[in-house]
Amino acid sequence: MSEFLAMGGYAFYVWGSVGACALGMVLEVWMLKHRRRAILARLPRKELA
Amino acid sequence: MNHSLVNWFKFASPASFYPLAGRLIPYFAAVAMALLAAGLWIGLLVAPTDAQQGEGYRIIFVHVPVSWMSMFIYCVMAFWAALGLSFNTRLSGMMTSALAPTGALFAFLSLWTGALWGKPMWGAWWVWDARLTSQLILFFLYLGFIALQAAIDDPRRADKAGAILALVGVINVPIIYFSVQWWNTLHQGASVSMTKAPSMAHTMLLGMLLMALAFWAYTIAVALMRVRCIILERELTSEWVKKNAME
Repeated sequence: MSEFLAMGGYAFYVWGSVGACALGMVLEVWMLKHRRRAILARLPRKELA
Repeated sequence: MNHSLVNWFKFASPASFYPLAGRLIPYFAAVAMALLAAGLWIGLLVAPTDAQQGEGYRIIFVHVPVSWMSMFIYCVMAFWAALGLSFNTRLSGMMTSALAPTGALFAFLSLWTGALWGKPMWGAWWVWDARLTSQLILFFLYLGFIALQAAIDDPRRADKAGAILALVGVINVPIIYFSVQWWNTLHQGASVSMTKAPSMAHTMLLGMLLMALAFWAYTIAVALMRVRCIILERELTSEWVKKNAME
């Protein structure tokens, strides 16, 4: 397991790449959910939510 | 009346596209998750170690798919832009806007993962060569598109201005793609060619394709989520939104 994480000495570069992609995608989805909640909160008929 | 025509134009209306998009999102999200898991498993665990670059080459499994997506999304934006300018359909402009932030994200990730690959292999985070510079311009085109649309208050006019920028900017995509052939560059040539037999191990190719398909499904799911937000924001006062948008 630690050998896998070490990536033959390239851990910083490989995990820095994979991690940035994961972070970017998670943040994008989170921001979209937040944006949707903000719009629905502005709708007049709240009892439907 | 032609039935297929009727169906297509039915979904060109935001009010009828909104629920359809909502139904499609979970499927594309599930496909994206499954393909991501498979692609990462093959890319990080199954694919053999590279003879020259050791484990460091595994960056390819994110770098190449995100770079493909950054170029492909811009082409799809140009397609929706052309459709919107030709037929004056409202949904086309909304789709163009919905894709731009995701394209910008992939363009950024392409530069980011490229820097993390360039440092150990070339000894430099960044060089001003044709491939890298044209990809940086693609990132700026996405940011320019988003900024231009944000600067125009009337959404329909913002769509038109954005569509023209998307169509003019699409010239950059073939420049990026062929930059490695047209100019002397530090960047290696195309990883996958349509005309030549694959030069890499089959598991490597499979991992890259799975990741590319995963990002495809992700992009569709996220673009549909964003277009639903855009539709709601623009039609907040209309009757159908008040009745149906909560579903």
